[in-house]
Amino acid sequence: MLNPQLNAAGRLKHLITLDGLPKDVLTEILDTAAPFTEVSEREVKKVPLLRGKSVFNIFFENSTRTRTTFEIAAKRLSADVINLNVATSSTNKGETLLDTVDNLCAMGADMFVMRHASSGAPYLLAQHLRATGRDHISVVNAGDGRHAHPTQGLLDMYTIRHFKQDFTRLTVAVVGDVLHSRVARSEIAALTTLGVPEVRVIGPKTLLPGNLEGLGVRVFHDMNEGLRGVDVVMMLRLQNERMQGALLPSSQEYFKFYGLTAEKLELAAKDAIVLHPGPMNRGVEIDSAVADGKHAVILPQVTFGIAVRMAVMSMLAAGN
Amino acid sequence: MILPEVKQLLGILADQMRPHVTPETALVGVHTGGVWLAERLHTLLGISQPLGSIDVAFYRDDYGKRGLHPRPQKSGVPFEVNNRHIILVDDVLYTGRTTRAALNELFDYGRPGRIDLAVLIDRGERQLPIAASFCAHTLSEPLPAGSRLSLQRDDHGNLSLELTHA
Repeated sequence: MLNPQLNAAGRLKHLITLDGLPKDVLTEILDTAAPFTEVSEREVKKVPLLRGKSVFNIFFENSTRTRTTFEIAAKRLSADVINLNVATSSTNKGETLLDTVDNLCAMGADMFVMRHASSGAPYLLAQHLRATGRDHISVVNAGDGRHAHPTQGLLDMYTIRHFKQDFTRLTVAVVGDVLHSRVARSEIAALTTLGVPEVRVIGPKTLLPGNLEGLGVRVFHDMNEGLRGVDVVMMLRLQNERMQGALLPSSQEYFKFYGLTAEKLELAAKDAIVLHPGPMNRGVEIDSAVADGKHAVILPQVTFGIAVRMAVMSMLAAGN
Repeated sequence: MILPEVKQLLGILADQMRPHVTPETALVGVHTGGVWLAERLHTLLGISQPLGSIDVAFYRDDYGKRGLHPRPQKSGVPFEVNNRHIILVDDVLYTGRTTRAALNELFDYGRPGRIDLAVLIDRGERQLPIAASFCAHTLSEPLPAGSRLSLQRDDHGNLSLELTHA
């Protein structure tokens, strides 16, 4: 079956998930992001690529960092950005998602950046645009339910490549609440596609989904065992707002067993790097000494995130 | 068609540029061929300012038609641009569209005092009101439509001109 994210010429048209995207497309996005990092260091932090295009940020779920970095990325490409605060919009008055989108199309949208609590919402949107003959409009998934957060996965890959160069010599551990994490799914898909030989997942049984081994990863429940010798530690946020029922006794106990401390990090490789998608819960999944320590690359992740989103948007607008 | 030797053309170009170079002059090569030439000229002319390079992929006027050029390179202008004398270096001057894009990009780094354009070959058929300040060779007649003239570099770093037909 044709990948719904690619057009007939094999070029990226929508970005919905990293799962199933070919290695050369992932690599092309990372390569394209590199020159965009320089644009953000100039006196005029702007290039004219998307001049005259209208990008609609439609966020049905709260987000500050992701929405802001998408907005900055689009503005540095010279696009016009319209942020829809959906909490106060017509959807609250009973309008359906697709009616909202149809109205925005009538206002001349060229690209949608969408976050939604339901997995699959951006895919629904892309299908709807195709079915109604509006193929020229692109969709970027900015996080859907537990499914995917592809630009976060890509900026993590960019960060790893920046500090470690070669994916094929790395051992990478993804630590924490994988069950609720769309970030983890995107990270695992990208790491395996890019040829990381050993991807580990570390977490308590209650926060790991079943069949993880089917994704080609090694599962650990003991953090000390799982961190031994790893080159990259990718922490996940403990998603309190998604917890239903008693998955954890307490956040203190979680910190004791799965919080990343300097002591536990000692078990990793000497030059290991620590990533976190933010926002961090200090003292829950990560200790302040690590978050502010020399292994952390958490702020470079944010900076690279802008360049990666600029690359994705300029490739999508071109793929039409 | 016999294409001239790059080494010889480089010498002619450097001779033209030399009287106009001051300690404040900086060179900026346009990716990819222009950067190779700018590296040579930087040495030949003993330029003291660091060498700049730009890739005009983000400034091209055919993005809407042809999309983003694959594998754009990082631009770098490692000197103060404001009031600077800058010589833009490219391998071939043709429609003038690349030069237009390069000028726009340079202005995003500051307000240069003066910009000159140095090219190895002018193949004519301009579509914009742009002319080179320094040019080593001008083709006497237009090349067939669809043909591409560009600089190539072999594994030993030797530069040569190559003409391909679509």
